[in-house]
Amino acid sequence: MKRVLTLIITLAVLAGLDLVLARMLNPYVFRVLMLCGINVILAVSLNLVNGFTGQFSIGHAGFMAVGAYTSAVFSLHVGRVWVAGLEAAGVPAPLAQGLALLVALLLGGSLAAVAGYLVGLPSLRLRGDYLAIVTLGFGEIIRVVIQNLDITGRALGLSGIPGWVNFFWVFLVVAAVILLSVNLANSTHGRALFAIRDDEVAAEALGVNTTAYKVFAFVIGAFFAGVAGGLSVHLLSVASPDSFTFLRSIEVIAMVVLGGLGSVSGSVLAAIVLTLLPEVLRPVQQYRMVIYSLMLIVLMVTRPQGLLGSRELRLPWRRRPGGPAAPAPAAPAAPATKGAS
Amino acid sequence: MSEFLQQLVNGVTLGCVYALIALGYTMVYGILRLINFAHGDVYMLGAFFGYYVARAIGAGQDPHPGKALIVLLVAMAGCALVGVLIERLAYKPVRRSSRLAALITAIGVSLLLENGGLLLFGADPKFFPQVVAARNLSLGGGVTISNQQLIILAVSVALMFVLRMVVMHTRIGRAMRAVSFSHTAASLMGISVDGIITFTFLVGSMLAAAAGVLVALQNPKIDPYMGILPGLKAFVAAVLGGIGNIPGAVLGGLVMGVAEVMVVGYLSPTYRDAIAFILLIVILLVRPAGILGKHTAEKV
Repeated sequence: MKRVLTLIITLAVLAGLDLVLARMLNPYVFRVLMLCGINVILAVSLNLVNGFTGQFSIGHAGFMAVGAYTSAVFSLHVGRVWVAGLEAAGVPAPLAQGLALLVALLLGGSLAAVAGYLVGLPSLRLRGDYLAIVTLGFGEIIRVVIQNLDITGRALGLSGIPGWVNFFWVFLVVAAVILLSVNLANSTHGRALFAIRDDEVAAEALGVNTTAYKVFAFVIGAFFAGVAGGLSVHLLSVASPDSFTFLRSIEVIAMVVLGGLGSVSGSVLAAIVLTLLPEVLRPVQQYRMVIYSLMLIVLMVTRPQGLLGSRELRLPWRRRPGGPAAPAPAAPAAPATKGAS
Repeated sequence: MSEFLQQLVNGVTLGCVYALIALGYTMVYGILRLINFAHGDVYMLGAFFGYYVARAIGAGQDPHPGKALIVLLVAMAGCALVGVLIERLAYKPVRRSSRLAALITAIGVSLLLENGGLLLFGADPKFFPQVVAARNLSLGGGVTISNQQLIILAVSVALMFVLRMVVMHTRIGRAMRAVSFSHTAASLMGISVDGIITFTFLVGSMLAAAAGVLVALQNPKIDPYMGILPGLKAFVAAVLGGIGNIPGAVLGGLVMGVAEVMVVGYLSPTYRDAIAFILLIVILLVRPAGILGKHTAEKV
């Protein structure tokens, strides 16, 4: 009962904010806010793979691309027809659009999750950097395939994707992915993921099905990356293969590492910081990326464990004295690979 | 048949370039377990240093082998300096932190070099002066090779030979191998680990610079982002051969170059950039530690 109530309140607050913010904020600020939301989804979902499970994935943009293009193709060919039909039948526009968007996002997320399953499987055999390279390779292959298919518009990409995304949908997904991560961290399954990160051999000896959990982390991470991809193309109305390059994956990794591996609140914080940083630096246009990269280096040199380390920011009224504290004292030297030496 | 041989010649030439870049990745990885993402950008800097030197000494108007050699050597020296600076200023402070922190630092350096390059050199592509006049030589059977390809082959083979001599037959080479085996044990034997790491960056950056100049000979359009894709592919080549393994990097580079040229020639040029990764995934599924990599048992 309490949960249902919380859910209803959350939905109401989001819907209320949606109405207020879109009118109050100027379009630029609003757009940056939405981009923050999308980057938070990406960072928190990658944190499930890189931070919780210690598997090093650098192909997040690939999953994002799968979700983005799937949902875009759906909306262009099917979703638009549905919305037109529903509106003709008297359903209010926001509801009809929301429904079509929801289906598009779920489809995109699901296909991305399938891709995540396929990429997660090699983790049976590969560890550390080798796995990282396979994920990178996957991302690049996806991009090249998208550039060569007619249905995805080849190198030009797709345009005219209906802009159904609003504050409500972006932040609903943000809330969902954060809630899922936090609950996972405090559950049996989360503990299994941490065990794999801290010592895979020991975890296996304790009866953790390491392969199943690694693939599980990949699937969940990929699902949300796909949803984020779907949100971003419905926000920008265009899908171009250039927005899903290796650099996009790198940006998300930077967020996760900067926030502190394994820290959900850290990922959120770093995603916001790294989204705002280039925007704040806009006045110094030509030096923007130089300053951005310098700050990245300086931050990593001065705080190699990330902004929050493996700690979590907690809301003061949620602090439970005897309850489970922050997840496992993560060794910052994530044992991604046991070196050959 | 002659077409196949022609493709093979082109593939081996491309492969030599990948191999030169891959050597830098593999040496740094062997010693620091760090994926030096900035390495592809050092290659880009090599091409730009070569460009400015060639313009300064007028190597374009009056091609002369001596001038071409000066261009190559100055570019290598310039990149050696850049490599050492990167290592000292950015990587050394994070050496004791987690590997991921070091990786993000490397990514930061890579972005810095690209965007700094954009600022310094401008966004519009530059055209590398023709320091060697192009000429085609016939190898018989309808197969031709340009003298530029010949130079690429000769210089890369010579550099690889020198590298092998240094690594296998000198004191500093032995020290490098010792450090890649164990930092602690090496320092207990009186080896200056910091010095060796710096030396590794110096050598790797010189090889990347040479690759940059050599590629610019054949393909003169250079821009600040030119290093990203070759860097990525060379890294894949290093992993393919077994990362940390020097002969593996050369083999990986050659496999990659030949495969890429063959795909362009016989399948579809649009899938050119995907082939590297498909090849990589297939090989890694069969041999998880790369072609020449040793599969080390995990100690518990």
